[in-house]
Amino acid sequence: METEAHAAEFAATLAPGDVVFVEGELGAGKTTWVRGAARALGFRGPVTSPTFTIGQVYAGGGAEIAHLDLYRLESVDPWLLDDYVTPERIAFVEWPKGALEGRRVLIEHAGGDAREITT
Amino acid sequence: MNPSLILGIETSCDDTCAALVTEQGEVRSNVVASQGLIHEKYGGVVPEIASRRHLELLDAVMADALEGAGATLEDVDRIAVTRGPGLIGALLVGVAEAKALAAARGLPLTPVDHLHGHVVAGTLGPDAVEAPYLCLVASGGHTFIARVEEPSSYTVLGSTLDDAAGEAFDKGARILGLGYPGGPAIQKAAENGDPEAFDFPRSYPGELDFSFSGLKTSLLYKVRDGAGPVEDLAASYQRAIVDALATRLGQAARREGIDRLAIGGGVAANAELRERLEGAAIPPFELCTDNAAMIAGAARFLPAVEYPGYLDLDASARIHA
Repeated sequence: METEAHAAEFAATLAPGDVVFVEGELGAGKTTWVRGAARALGFRGPVTSPTFTIGQVYAGGGAEIAHLDLYRLESVDPWLLDDYVTPERIAFVEWPKGALEGRRVLIEHAGGDAREITT
Repeated sequence: MNPSLILGIETSCDDTCAALVTEQGEVRSNVVASQGLIHEKYGGVVPEIASRRHLELLDAVMADALEGAGATLEDVDRIAVTRGPGLIGALLVGVAEAKALAAARGLPLTPVDHLHGHVVAGTLGPDAVEAPYLCLVASGGHTFIARVEEPSSYTVLGSTLDDAAGEAFDKGARILGLGYPGGPAIQKAAENGDPEAFDFPRSYPGELDFSFSGLKTSLLYKVRDGAGPVEDLAASYQRAIVDALATRLGQAARREGIDRLAIGGGVAANAELRERLEGAAIPPFELCTDNAAMIAGAARFLPAVEYPGYLDLDASARIHA
């Protein structure tokens, strides 16, 4: 819940064209954080892990949102990201692998269910 | 007169697939060229490689499918193609091929939602499931329960809020150091383990939704704390995933008052899940994993778009609220 609240506050500072790296290890809560941000940006549909599909685009709120997860990629083809990351969209990228320039959110396990989030 | 033949094309992820299916639902051929071995060394799908391989393989895979069905392109009455969801570059290869082929031969084309294909895969073949039924689709990218009143559409009753079940297997296997793909790896390790050794959390959000990310985190903490042996961890982890899937499908059946059940998606290969869902219609494995027969199969229930109406058809990775 706090993870989503943190994301909502952060999302208020975002504009189309912005790219946000959401980093942290498996189970840190990256997808949860992106869901919080997407909700704050007006998207009401499902926000799930894009690990398998690599990228998802959420439409129907305010600006379109690109949600990428490069976890399974060995290297990143910039052409692939062009299909998702555009100047009209706000992009959230899990496991960014140095593919793009962007702001950084780091979510770390802090013992038990606690998380530490740094931006 | 020969029954009408549908040529199905599916390239949404890392398998290049073509199939021939009759309007009556008989699978005449179902060819899958898997890129699994190529991706194994990368630990997963690499989109640029997947797209390039689809381009290289698709003509040969379609030729195989035609030959397997004892047919030629002359015999094909309709083309069906997956338009999404999936890897955008990979989808585009199939969509472009389908459009070109249909336009060149003056055939109608039916764009198909990949998930609709999974939901109605059980309507193919001799033991076809009849609507109304409920279908649990569990794969690497998707986990949801659908209600099928008529096979031309489906209603999602509940779905995962975070990770898909297949993804939970993949990431669990990674945490346990068991390799990729995770489903078979965890199942194998679990054979020699105690499924009740560890009490992993089962999450039941909403009315009929799923959540597997807490389970994944719980496994990570156990491994970090030095818990073991890995066989017990794998067996208990698998039990937690199967429990959640089977419990939810049972709850959906009671709530909806429908006892005809089907499952689809790659996780349907899991032996423990099949045992738990005894009585559910489980299509042959080759119709559960990604394939083109399910795409041609779904097209049977959908309108055919005549030339030139499909020329602006695009692959789609969008999710609308």
